[in-house]
Order: sequence, then C-alpha cells, then structure tokens
Amino acid sequence: MHMRQLLLATAAVAGLAGAAQAENVLKWGANRDIGSLDPYSYGDSFTINVLNHVYEGLVRYNKDLKIEPALAESWEILDDQVTWRFALRKGVTFHDGAPFTADDVVASLERVSDETSPLKGNLPAYVSSRAVDDYTVDITLNGTYPLLLNDLTNIHIFDKEWMTAHDALKPTDIGAGVEGYATYNANGTGPFSVESRQPDAKTVFVKNPNWWDTPQHNLDRIELLPVTSAATRVAALLSGEINFTNDAPVQDLPRLAAAPNVSVLEGVDLRTVMIGFPFRDKLSTGADNPFTDVKVREALYKAIDLDLIHKKVMRGKSRIAGATVAPPIPGYVPALDELPGFDPEAAKALLAEAGVPEGLSFEFSCISDGLVNEEQFCQAIASMWSRVGLAPKLDVAPRAVQSPKRTNGKTDVYILGWATLPMLDAYSPLLQIFHTKEGNAGVFNWGGWSFPELDRLIDAAGSELDLDKRLALETEALGIVKKEHIMLPLHQQPMAWAVTDEVTTMPLFPDNKPRLWFAQVAPGS
Amino acid sequence: MIAFLLKRATNAAFVMLAVALLAFVIFRFFGDPVEMMVNEQATQADRAELRERLGLNDGLITQYGRFVTHAVQGDFGISYRNQQDVMVLIKERFPATFELVLVATVISLVVGIPLGVITAVYRNSRLANALQLGSIVGVSLPSFVVGILLILGFSVTLGWLPGFGRGETVDIGWWSTGFLTPSGRAALILPSISLSTFQVTLVMRLVRAEMLETLRADYIKFARARGVPTARVQWRHALRNCLMPVITLTGMQIGNLIAFALVTETVFQWPGMGMLFIQAVTFVDIPVMAAYLMIVSFIFVALNTLVDITYAWVDPRLRDDTARTGGGNG
Repeated sequence: MHMRQLLLATAAVAGLAGAAQAENVLKWGANRDIGSLDPYSYGDSFTINVLNHVYEGLVRYNKDLKIEPALAESWEILDDQVTWRFALRKGVTFHDGAPFTADDVVASLERVSDETSPLKGNLPAYVSSRAVDDYTVDITLNGTYPLLLNDLTNIHIFDKEWMTAHDALKPTDIGAGVEGYATYNANGTGPFSVESRQPDAKTVFVKNPNWWDTPQHNLDRIELLPVTSAATRVAALLSGEINFTNDAPVQDLPRLAAAPNVSVLEGVDLRTVMIGFPFRDKLSTGADNPFTDVKVREALYKAIDLDLIHKKVMRGKSRIAGATVAPPIPGYVPALDELPGFDPEAAKALLAEAGVPEGLSFEFSCISDGLVNEEQFCQAIASMWSRVGLAPKLDVAPRAVQSPKRTNGKTDVYILGWATLPMLDAYSPLLQIFHTKEGNAGVFNWGGWSFPELDRLIDAAGSELDLDKRLALETEALGIVKKEHIMLPLHQQPMAWAVTDEVTTMPLFPDNKPRLWFAQVAPGS
Repeated sequence: MIAFLLKRATNAAFVMLAVALLAFVIFRFFGDPVEMMVNEQATQADRAELRERLGLNDGLITQYGRFVTHAVQGDFGISYRNQQDVMVLIKERFPATFELVLVATVISLVVGIPLGVITAVYRNSRLANALQLGSIVGVSLPSFVVGILLILGFSVTLGWLPGFGRGETVDIGWWSTGFLTPSGRAALILPSISLSTFQVTLVMRLVRAEMLETLRADYIKFARARGVPTARVQWRHALRNCLMPVITLTGMQIGNLIAFALVTETVFQWPGMGMLFIQAVTFVDIPVMAAYLMIVSFIFVALNTLVDITYAWVDPRLRDDTARTGGGNG
C-alpha cells in the first residue's frame, strides 16, 4: 500500500511537471554547482553570482555595469566623511513575506563582517552600522573610502527575523563543526526565490511575483543544472537538455556555432593575465635574483611574442594587453595599453647589460586548472625565454597546489589573472597586488616588491572621495606599474557563453557573470 | 571460529587505520584548503587565523589522531565547501552510486554470462571470434570515451535518452531512488551501460574460460552419452558449475565499480559519491576526501573479509594454524 501511495505521488509530480511545460524555463548548464545556498560561508564568487538572483544588495550593477540603487534608494556621506547614510527602499518584502527594514541591513553587514566569516574582506573598510529609523541606515568606515558602493554590490541582504528564528545570524563556522540553516534555505528579496535544491543535480529558482522592481525578464523558472564535463555540457546544449551555458569550451566553439539551433556569445573577459616576478634576494634555486633589475623585467617582456600567443594559443580570441587593467575598468587610459614590441635581440642586449648569466634557471609557475589555455601559453612563453638564453623551469599544477607555494614565496616567476572583481575599479589590483604587503594591502603581492611612490598614490586614491581626482591618482599609479614592469600584462582572456534558439535575450557581461533578470526566452520554452 | 573472526576483524581495523594515515599524508600534497575558502580580498592575517581555527597548523599525527577519534564515533566533520555534515552528504549521495553500480552489475551478468557461454560453445565460429574481438575493444576503451560516445549517439543524434543527471527521484525514507519514475529509469541507462562495459567483458571472458574447462569434464561427456539434449548440458549442467567463481568475482568487483563509478559519474553528472569526491579534490575539501576514502576502503575491506569468512566457513583448514597442523596429514 505504501508503494502504491508513492506511485500515486510520483504520478502527481509527473503531472505537475507536465503542466510546467507551458512555463518559460531557462535551463542553465553551469560548469559547476554552487557550494551551498549561503553566499557568505565560502569565498566562491560563482556562488555569490548565482545567489544574487535570490538575494540583493543595497546597490547593484545595471546592464552597463554601472552602479545603480537597489535596496537603497539614495545615499550621502555625512559631515564626518567616514559615515555613509543610506535611505532604504520602502515596501520591499522578503520571499517569506517579512518586510525589509534597516535592522535587516545592519544584521546582514554584521554577518558578513563577523570574525568567523571567510568573506569579511569583501567589506574591508567596515567598522559598524546603525539603524537610524526603519528606513535609514548609517554605515561607519575606518576612514574616508570611495569604494563602499562597489563593495556593497556584493553584500547580500538577509532578513534579520528569519536569521534569528533559525540561529543563522552568524556565518556557518566550519571550525566549530555545526551546520547552518542558511546552507539549506534561502530567503531574499531578489527577482527569484529558491524552490528546491539537489546538490550537484538541480537547483530550481522560481519567479518572485512580489519583486519590487519591474521585471525585464520573462522567466518563470530557472533550473541550474551543473554539468562539470565540458563534452557532456556541449552535448546537452546540442540535444536541448539545457538552453544556456555560461561556459562554452573554447575548443568546441566552431562546432557549437555550426549547430543550427545554437548561438555562441563571445566576448573578452575583464580578466587581465599577467606575469609576476620575485623581489627577494635569492631565487628558489639559491642563485642571486636578477629580477629586481627593471632591465631584466623589460627584457623578458620584449622576448615574448604577444601576437603569436594571441593568434596561435588563444586562437585570435583574446585581446592583447599593455595595461594591467582592461579598458572598461575605471582608471584605465589608452596610453597605458602601449605594447613593448617583440624584439628578442633587444632583450638579449638588455640581459647582457644587466649582467644576467647565460642559461639562468628559475621556476616558472603556472596553474593547470586556472586561466583559459594557461598551460599552453606558459609553454609558449617558456620557449620564447629559452630563445633569449634563459632556462625557465616550467612548474604546472592545480591551483590548490600552486597557491600555497606562491603565498609563501616558494616560487619565482608566476602567472596571475586579475579581473578587479568584485570592485570593478583599478583600485582593486593597485591595493591587492601592487601595494607593499602590509595590513590589508598587498595580499597578492607575492613577489614582495615595495615602491614607496606607488604606495603613496594608492593610499591617496583610497581616501579620495572625488571621483575624477581618484581616477587620476589611479591612472598615475598604473603608469608607475607599467614603467617599472612590476608585472607584465599579456592579454585579456576570451569568454564564451552559448544559448539555444529558445533563448531570445541574453546579455553577455564582461565580468563573466550571468544576470538572468535581463534574460528572455521564447514563450513556452 | 570466534578466534578467526576476531583476527580477521583486527586485520580489517588495521587496514582502515593505515588507509586513513596514508590519506592524511597524501592530503599534504593536495594544497591548502584555506586558499580556496577565502576570496581575493581576505588578508594574510585572516587566512592564517582561519587555518588555525580549522586546526590545519597542527602536526600530521595530531590531525590524524583527531580524525580517527572522531571517525570511530561516526563524526567526519563539516565539509569546507558545502558546509554540511560530511556523513549527511555521503548518505545523500550513496543511493545514486549504489543504484548505478547495481544496474551495471546486473547488466554485466545478464549480458556477460550468455556471451561467455556462446563464445565457449561455438568457439572458432565467426560470431565467437567477433565477440572476442569486441571484448578486447570493451576492455581497452576508457570508460569516459564509452560514455561520451553513448551520449553523442543516444542523446544528441537520436534524442532518445537524457545525456546527464539522474532524472526525477522518489524518496523512501533517506534513500532516494530513480527506479520509480520514468525519467529516473531513462537516466540510468546510459551511465550504467558505460560503467558495465568493462565488467561485461570480464564476466564474458571468465565464463568462457570456465566453460571450456568444464566442457572437457567427464560428467559432461557422460551426460552427453546418456542422451541429455546438448543445450541442456551446456546451459544447465556446465554453466551451473562455472558460476561459483563468477559470483565471487562479481562480489569482489562491487568495490571496484563503486570506485570506478567516479569517472562515469563525472561524465554523466551523476550526483553520486564519486562526483562528490572529485569536487572535494578540486576544492581541497579534506573532511569529504577523508570520509570518502574511509568509506570506500571500508566497503573493500568488508567485502574481502566477508569472502574470507565464507571461505573459512566452507573450508575448515583456513580457520587457524591449529586446525591446519592438527588436521593435516603431511
């Protein structure tokens, strides 16, 4: 009898599925699953991106990646220059019907800044926040800081009552060995709410009929279907089992483009691929380190045929870069993008001038599961350097293995890709990569360099509230980075999404994040 | 017999401890989980603090000791990436892997045994030679290639079967089954065929070898001489006597299939334990990797111990040394 009930239940479910066919469904074949439904217990930008459909921030990026009001309607900096006052949007409700108020903002900011939160770095200047009244919040920072809005685009707002009721006011602390409610449940204000989740199989989002904004999408459901294997993902797109993927493998693009029902959306990512150098006294081999000499760094740059890498390794789909940030990033100016010019003879001359011994050996660290075609372009660069009389030792391994070696300074020359996320401003690489390593700054300064003039400009930019003055400071700082060849930019890497003809609108974003509240499908898909 | 059982159980426990130790030694080379857990903007101090809180700065032996003490209480900790209790995660995934392995095993027997008999009975015929050749292909094709070919054929070109996922499932208690829904059954077909390819050829070759041996035995000749129909001799008398090693092999191979399912699960996005493990490796999710290795090795050890015990029960000489020296006659 029990079995019969089950079968009936199954039939009922099947019936519902049949009825659901009339809905507009986006079947999103992603290259991996989200870690959990809690965006703030693991530092994974893909999880935050997906859950941005469910949770929203005080501000958000629009279609042109410009910041616009979301849960906050307006803001001002108070006279003390370190407190920001936000006027919140009225009449917004969470998916469970609870009203959105200032207490929710304060509780959410406290949650992400909690000392056990792995993402407290996403709100680096935060000191405290206070609900002035139900729809006004004051956020106090540790100094004048111009990029709070950029940071807030990625801080999702939770409901305080919901978190209190389910003991989720703090992020899940893995060290304490206790699970968190927010891992399995979600309650945001966003355009979609979570209907069901089966890890590694399917997560279903349904349209939030009470969303405060006028929807530009026409979706009733989003099914997030992780398909890790690239070949399987391509097959699923061809057979129509998925109608969208945000990771169309580069090697399959011609095949996908040739398929009658599939369109490929190609673009250039914001991520700039760069080569970094050690500034320690000795190399990992124990030899004296020649890379502290700017001539040597310049020589290595001149030895690389950027055009060949663009044409052969990146199949003409990358954008050759001379600047360490991509053109859409504030702080970029075209003058920074001037290329070094491929000249192996000049490179040899510079190396000789700097007294670099013939056949100098050094570790060259690349990541096998990192950037697009990283292993291939690393091999190409290594052989180009060999041709000017150097002996790079290529060390290729997965990210998890290479990261600790890099942060502990156990490698020499390395590759790094930087997309300025989540800030989308040149201040991001300047602070995180090019600044001297101290306190919050220079976390990715793996080479251990220090340029006082550069630090001064970066610090000035970090407390300059006037946009034009700040960008001028950032551009000047990027100029020093370029002049000193601290890192050698190679290219911005290609990105490709693909949709079947069921999908009529799918804006491609250069930060490689799908924002499906702008997507449309053919009715009844 | 009790002494024998105790001895076997102790051996099994030592094997498990050794596996766990080995796992912890290997994890050192997987990299640093903290680098995967925080994002770009975390400071060095934040990273160091998180590492300390997770106990990753402790010595190898301390970490190992802590893991074993918790593991014997059934506590494998919380997944770094999924923030879920590891036992819950694995319990969630086990049914998917088990059903896949079960169907693959059934396919391997249902297809492998008749093919083995045919190739033995009609050896040197064109059919048998073709099957033999096919079996070499089956043995040598990597299972991800088989998987992709099946997907291209049956999912993309013909559009008959789903190319990934598990379809709709029904929960019976904590067990989620795909057997009870049409989409669940359809989703099982391609991955289980892909997983069973190797197994089919293994069973076929074993049955063939055993049959060739048995068909030469005296009792078969006598049965023929008595006028028993050929088909009955071959499929009933001979085959029955070949099945014991096949059953043993199948039992022992279940452990292998669970381990190999990892590849099939990755190709077909089958939400099983192998999939979980692969992700854990990518994100250096040590609690999940440790628990998976322990559980898979437990399955191996348990199957082996069971087989040993069964043999000992059947054959008293294997029980202990006293029995061997006391019962032996030279």
